[in-house]
Amino acid sequence: MTGALRVVARCQVADDVLAVTLADPHGDRLPPWTPGAHLDLLLPTGLVRQYSLCGDRWDGHHYRIAVLRVIDGRGGSAWIHDHLREGDVLPFGGPRNHFPMAPSTRYLFVAGGIGITPLLPMIDQAVRSERPWRLLYGGRRRTSMAFLDRLEALGGQVEVAAQDEVGVPDVAAWLGAPDPGATVYGCGPAGLLDATAAACAQWRPQALRTERFVAEVQDRAEDHPFTVVLRRSGTRLRIDPGTSVLDGLRDAGVAVLTSCRQGTCGTCEVAVLDGLPDHRDSVLDAVDREAGDSMMVCVSRARTDSLTLDL
Amino acid sequence: MTTLRSDAAAVPSIDLDPYAPEHLVDRTAFLTAVRETAPLVHLGAHDVFATGRFDVVREVLANWQQFQVGAGVGLANFHTEVPWRPPATPTEADPPAHDAPRRVLTDVLGARTLRRLRETWQAEADELVDRVLAGGGEVDAMADLASAFPLKVFPDAVGLPPDRRDDLLAYGDLVFNAFGPRNALFERSAARLGELSGWITSLCARENLDPAGFGAQIWAASDREDITAEQAPLVVRSLLSAGIDTTVHGIAWILHAFATHPEEWDRLRAAPELARRAFDEAVRWASPLQVVFHTTAEPVELAGVRLGKHRKIMLLLGAANHDPRRWEDPGRFTLDRDPSGHLGFGMGLHQCVGQHVARMEAEVLLTALARRVRRLEPAAPPRRGVNNTLQVWETLPLRLTK
Repeated sequence: MTGALRVVARCQVADDVLAVTLADPHGDRLPPWTPGAHLDLLLPTGLVRQYSLCGDRWDGHHYRIAVLRVIDGRGGSAWIHDHLREGDVLPFGGPRNHFPMAPSTRYLFVAGGIGITPLLPMIDQAVRSERPWRLLYGGRRRTSMAFLDRLEALGGQVEVAAQDEVGVPDVAAWLGAPDPGATVYGCGPAGLLDATAAACAQWRPQALRTERFVAEVQDRAEDHPFTVVLRRSGTRLRIDPGTSVLDGLRDAGVAVLTSCRQGTCGTCEVAVLDGLPDHRDSVLDAVDREAGDSMMVCVSRARTDSLTLDL
Repeated sequence: MTTLRSDAAAVPSIDLDPYAPEHLVDRTAFLTAVRETAPLVHLGAHDVFATGRFDVVREVLANWQQFQVGAGVGLANFHTEVPWRPPATPTEADPPAHDAPRRVLTDVLGARTLRRLRETWQAEADELVDRVLAGGGEVDAMADLASAFPLKVFPDAVGLPPDRRDDLLAYGDLVFNAFGPRNALFERSAARLGELSGWITSLCARENLDPAGFGAQIWAASDREDITAEQAPLVVRSLLSAGIDTTVHGIAWILHAFATHPEEWDRLRAAPELARRAFDEAVRWASPLQVVFHTTAEPVELAGVRLGKHRKIMLLLGAANHDPRRWEDPGRFTLDRDPSGHLGFGMGLHQCVGQHVARMEAEVLLTALARRVRRLEPAAPPRRGVNNTLQVWETLPLRLTK
């Protein structure tokens, strides 16, 4: 199996929140990541779901995610809660980071519910960088809020705002006057982020960085068999689940220069002339992924039955 | 139960000094001795550990958590010595400090940028090769091709003024000498240290960079607060330190390789799309960047040996790229080989962020040559240069025949 992760532990960390620890099936070191990064997990139901990495990047052999059971969702989180077991192996893409942490003198973190997940490694980073930080963590009730014990052990900078105790948090009051040395990171439901944006209206525009929960738009994706057509030779190759495009090319005697073989370095980029790639790399940004005219053949696959490559 | 032995006493010691003049001119004996003696050895001359095994070098490069670069990627240990210049960013920065500068550079040097530059660079390469051929085809390929081409296109792309391009090479020579000991080579470079460092620092200032170049884009990232205004000039500087000499010598080595392997040149002419693979094979074969140091962050086990905290390990990329445990017939330069996975650009978190830029520079120049030059042969014996860290040529006299 290429580009897959094995479930090594699962643990209930709050009402409806399951933490899952993942490792390489062969025990190899996983691709590195930075705080704010997420994984694409491909579930056996054909759904792709994105989860922020919330573990310790100093552990090079494990990823950790936390999954909220979404009642009216399309079933991705429910499947993970109900069916994912230790030992299961899931294909994945990434890690990628659309919510990177930038250097700052002080950090203010605003989390709502499961939005705490990308912020956890950022808080670790602030601690490690010896930067002052504060966290406003809102949720419905304390038992629904993951990682509270861990956060509260960090000291007095954490304000927990459980709705059943204190109502909706007053973000503006918590943020205070514009602070030219601080950066605000927010992740959570739209209402909280809108309130945060409004509260930051008088701050410098670069101060606020947020990640919104977006409804996953990518439809079915799974490791289905597909055909790779090589334009220059007309060769057709069948790529089965468990085999990478790169391996298929090599078996056919077509050499593509590679380096990391984890989708992180960008060496094996190949132009795509027809068909839709299923991007699993950490390199291409949203614009390039959308363009769909190139792919990293070491990890990426096809969303269509056939891909024509400029080889 | 195996008992881990610890530190210097636990591994074979090697008396050879890698920075002795004879080893700098030809490193083969030193690299072979280190690699074939043991997975990890101790170098008495400098009290550092060294490895030339592919799998051990790769493990150290992949394990950024325990083997760090913040204490310098040269011989000097910043835990105990003061660096001669502010440490390079992101080259000599560990996470968290590494993350933001690295991300900015990755974006600035990304695939879209290179696609935009390819046509211009190909035209520059075509023009350069036409000019060289018009001059009769007898060239010092070191000056006329390997230096001339990168020194034109890369600083242009960074947004530097057109003058003093040769001084960029002199600065790179200085930087890579400074990764070694304070020997005669360093002293020779150091004569111009103050002047060149001051000049490079001024080049990295915002007002001296063309607004369309990589340098200005790095400064723009500091406007967005993706990096700090203090980091911006250092990130620009990393392009000038790490992006010029390495590429120049990489191109020199591929030209030397083809001049001395005419059958491989014929293959490239028949199939110019092999240029990309050829360049990486040359980078594997010659390893223009020979040495990188990492430092243990904490007590750690490597190759069965317990190393103490803050110990320097010399990673011999040139030895690893010739490790017979990984490469078949490693001394042979051949387009038959798939050089994928070589360590000439490093590996892992700190892998060369400009590797795709270097590849494209080499690719367009080789393509221009392959389309026009039937024979590429030595015109006189080439002269090796010496540098504490790089594998370099002083002159490379070639005859190019249409």
